[in-house]
Amino acid sequence: MFEEKNERHRIKSIMNMDELRKYMLNLRVSSVERLHERYVLVKLTQQEPLPPMLPGQFVEVRIDGPQGPLLRRPISVNFVDRERNELWLLVAVVGNGTRWLAALTAGDVVNVVGPLGHGFTPAGETAGTAAGETAGTTAGETAGTAAGETAGTAGGRWLLVGGGVGVAPLLFQGAALRARGCEPVFLLGARTQKDLLMVDAFRRYGEVFVTTEDGSEGERGFVTQHSLLGRERFGMIQTCGPTPMMKAVARYAYSQGIECEVSLENMMACGLGACLCCVEKTTEGNLCVCKEGPVFNIKKLLWQF
Amino acid sequence: MANLNVTIGNLRLKNPVMTASGTFGYGLEFQDFVPLDGIGAIIVKGTTLKAREGNDYPRMAETTGGMLNCVGLQNKGVDYFCKHIYPQLLPTGGTYVVNVSGSSPEDYAECAARVDALDGIPAIELNISCPNVKDGGMAFGVTTKGASAVVRAVRERYHKTLIVKLSPNVTDISEIARAVESEGADAVSLINTLMGMAVDIERRRRVLSIGTGGLSGPAVKPVALRMVYQVARAVKIPVVGLGGIMTAEDAIEFLMCGATAIEIGTANFVDPTVTIRVRDGVNEWLDRHGCSSVQDIIGTIE
Repeated sequence: MFEEKNERHRIKSIMNMDELRKYMLNLRVSSVERLHERYVLVKLTQQEPLPPMLPGQFVEVRIDGPQGPLLRRPISVNFVDRERNELWLLVAVVGNGTRWLAALTAGDVVNVVGPLGHGFTPAGETAGTAAGETAGTTAGETAGTAAGETAGTAGGRWLLVGGGVGVAPLLFQGAALRARGCEPVFLLGARTQKDLLMVDAFRRYGEVFVTTEDGSEGERGFVTQHSLLGRERFGMIQTCGPTPMMKAVARYAYSQGIECEVSLENMMACGLGACLCCVEKTTEGNLCVCKEGPVFNIKKLLWQF
Repeated sequence: MANLNVTIGNLRLKNPVMTASGTFGYGLEFQDFVPLDGIGAIIVKGTTLKAREGNDYPRMAETTGGMLNCVGLQNKGVDYFCKHIYPQLLPTGGTYVVNVSGSSPEDYAECAARVDALDGIPAIELNISCPNVKDGGMAFGVTTKGASAVVRAVRERYHKTLIVKLSPNVTDISEIARAVESEGADAVSLINTLMGMAVDIERRRRVLSIGTGGLSGPAVKPVALRMVYQVARAVKIPVVGLGGIMTAEDAIEFLMCGATAIEIGTANFVDPTVTIRVRDGVNEWLDRHGCSSVQDIIGTIE
């Protein structure tokens, strides 16, 4: 009896994302790929196997350029390629820090702290048990184990909605869902065709639908105007992108009674839940986006619909 | 290996490296990065008598060589700390100091008294210099009268080591330091953040939710050094120096200017292992220069 209880406790702590060990690592750049003008895909590696990371988590990257900046830049985990032992970061070049990142070349060393925060609910979990409480540490890495009984498609397929560079964490989440036998649907929005990112990579894990604001690819308009939303009822919507887009997606999900998780990107300093700078108002008071988030169920947020 | 021990009031530290309040959480947040018992002392997040939600977002603005914050003392109150957080701290083997804040001398005193009851907390740091809350903090720290009133009230109810954290947003910081010394403070720590502001020119408004915030980071170090130097000459009690320390060399500058110990703040956000790196760097410097003890360099600058 005692043993059983102990065992359960052990499993629970392994499953708890709070228990995922954080590291400070000096990673070597294996490649930097430019995607259109404004975006780069940075792939990092090291000799040792990269530590466990979960979809929706992020890392804090130290910018070692001569012009600073002082603080690390939080960047979501785009993908972890276990075969090649690579951490992928998809970066939009917007300021000094990201410009420095974009200028890296193979062999350069980047100091990275992570994995940080609570990510998306994995397939099979009851949506709403809060990302974090019961997430499997090996989602996406142990293809298929325990997928059969828990595939989360019972209430409908899972829809992952990304806008601009916000599509980044959805690739890792999509891969994890797929590995657990829950094939996701991607709805990717961008301003123009030139801002659409990694569409082919997404296609490997599920069906992809696209909107662009100028109609240069896919349906014209915003993600929430895509005809797909009128055709299919989804079991869960997980989204990352500009706040107005996520609010529109959340409003849609709320009005349809669909579970919805959003990935916030409030300005942060420490990334560890220490400085309390990146707070979001929630039903539990001010919570740190870097620690309790960045992924929140919309039921927990005080967004007005 | 040089002797790194220093003493502040009755608080014996195995090394002079402390963490600045509000930058290291309760230490637990950094457990994966540093051995908490390897740090001289961990000064935990500002604690008040009643829970506080803090200010609205945005609370942070990055500036050249620094950052502004206006967190506004978000914390769950002293009773929550005593009941839920304190028990988690003891097993780490770390030395903990509680940073106490309030909005009246009675508030401060009551909060301090409740921390006094915790056997495992050997000292408090009294924050009379928070620039981010209207109803307290800095209001007390900017006049000798206000500072004295708070320290007097706390000293009656608090019997262990009392460190008073001073505001740099004053005309003469030495005068405030002398005032709190004469009310029975065991040490002073300085500097808290400098009041500052940042503007978003696209939105044409101030960045921070309350308009202003406290500046920290390497940008403030020269100001902090000057004030530590002045105060170390004005009082007999130990001075704890902080403000923009990023490296062991920075820490040594403060020690030479008269600081008995130092606190590391914003640097924790840049490098979560900085505390241990500074500790080891100070030790190496002492070894390299033939100093057997950190005492050999404290206050050695003319």
